[in-house]
Amino acid sequence: MTPQSAANGTPELPETAPGHVGPTTTQLFTGFLLLGLMGFGGVLPLSRRVLVEERRWLTSDEYLELLGLCQFLPGGTITNMATAIGYRFRGLAGAAAAILGVIAAPVVVLIGLGIIYDRFQSDPIVRHMFLGLAAAASGLLIALAVKIVAPMRNHPAGIAIALLCVVAIAILKLPLLPTMVVLAAVGMTVVVCFPRAGQRP
Amino acid sequence: MMTTLVTLALIFVELSLLSFGGGNTILPEMQRQIVEVHHWMTATEFSAAFALAQAAPGPNLMIVSLLGWRIAGLPGLIVTTLATYTPAFILTVVAYNLWNRFKDRPWRRVLQGGLVPVTAGLVCSGAAIITAGADTTILLAAITLISTIVILATRTHPLVVLGFGAAAGIVGAGFW
Repeated sequence: MTPQSAANGTPELPETAPGHVGPTTTQLFTGFLLLGLMGFGGVLPLSRRVLVEERRWLTSDEYLELLGLCQFLPGGTITNMATAIGYRFRGLAGAAAAILGVIAAPVVVLIGLGIIYDRFQSDPIVRHMFLGLAAAASGLLIALAVKIVAPMRNHPAGIAIALLCVVAIAILKLPLLPTMVVLAAVGMTVVVCFPRAGQRP
Repeated sequence: MMTTLVTLALIFVELSLLSFGGGNTILPEMQRQIVEVHHWMTATEFSAAFALAQAAPGPNLMIVSLLGWRIAGLPGLIVTTLATYTPAFILTVVAYNLWNRFKDRPWRRVLQGGLVPVTAGLVCSGAAIITAGADTTILLAAITLISTIVILATRTHPLVVLGFGAAAGIVGAGFW
């Protein structure tokens, strides 16, 4: 499971960091290209299997540590993961190759879908198909929201902050930046005053 | 056109820097800017774009490329995509270099702990806004409800649920 044990068929590579042998820039691009193409409905669930188990670019612990960092940073978690992994093995070129890889194919597929949608939008069957698709996609988003909120049920202060956030953003339509600054400050105050309450469950 | 592109760049750079907790947390602000502030599309069109982005493979944040393309064609696509990914890219590289140094600092846990409820609230807001735009009839609301339950209660692949939604939309059309 260590990076040294090397991916199937990966040739010998120069060391990029002490104790680590890693993929080339090209392998970073193709690896993340495939990951991006496979990840219908979000890439993240698949990323562990590909990065840790199949390609063995990261150990299980390294994966978790990077995931924590990338979730914490702004931006898409998986695109941040691609950036960090690419950077780790091949510097800025590797980072650019990995992030381009993970977004390239999805952009093309998505624009293709958009063109199909535009062309057939006036066809009632297609229109109803996309209305149904949008309704189901909303369901996916609600399910995600439920999964994120569920672990907070023993954390009333957290739920109160989340509720305030929904009122401010979804109902009052307040701008994101000031809302986030104020609520994050309240959240951090809670963490400081009740150190156990604010921890990720 | 140029003004639109500059506006798009500013909006999506800001969104990128605020997207703590992933792409879904900035959906409400994206929708507010595009639908309510700039009137580039309607709420229903925005929800349709979200659905297309969900149906395509790739990161959830892909919707930004589609929105850029819808609003200003290929230049729009390039601007929104670069504006969204570049700031996060730079931050990730910088943060990766600092990561080991600040790993065990207490303020990092405080910041992270303070952001968790806000992230949760933003994802809920995104779900509420997208659903309000998508569910314009009782039948569509039923599709949303069934999809939510199936995803939460079973291990069904999201793509199967999206397929069900598309099929139910066509079948249900006969009854509207």
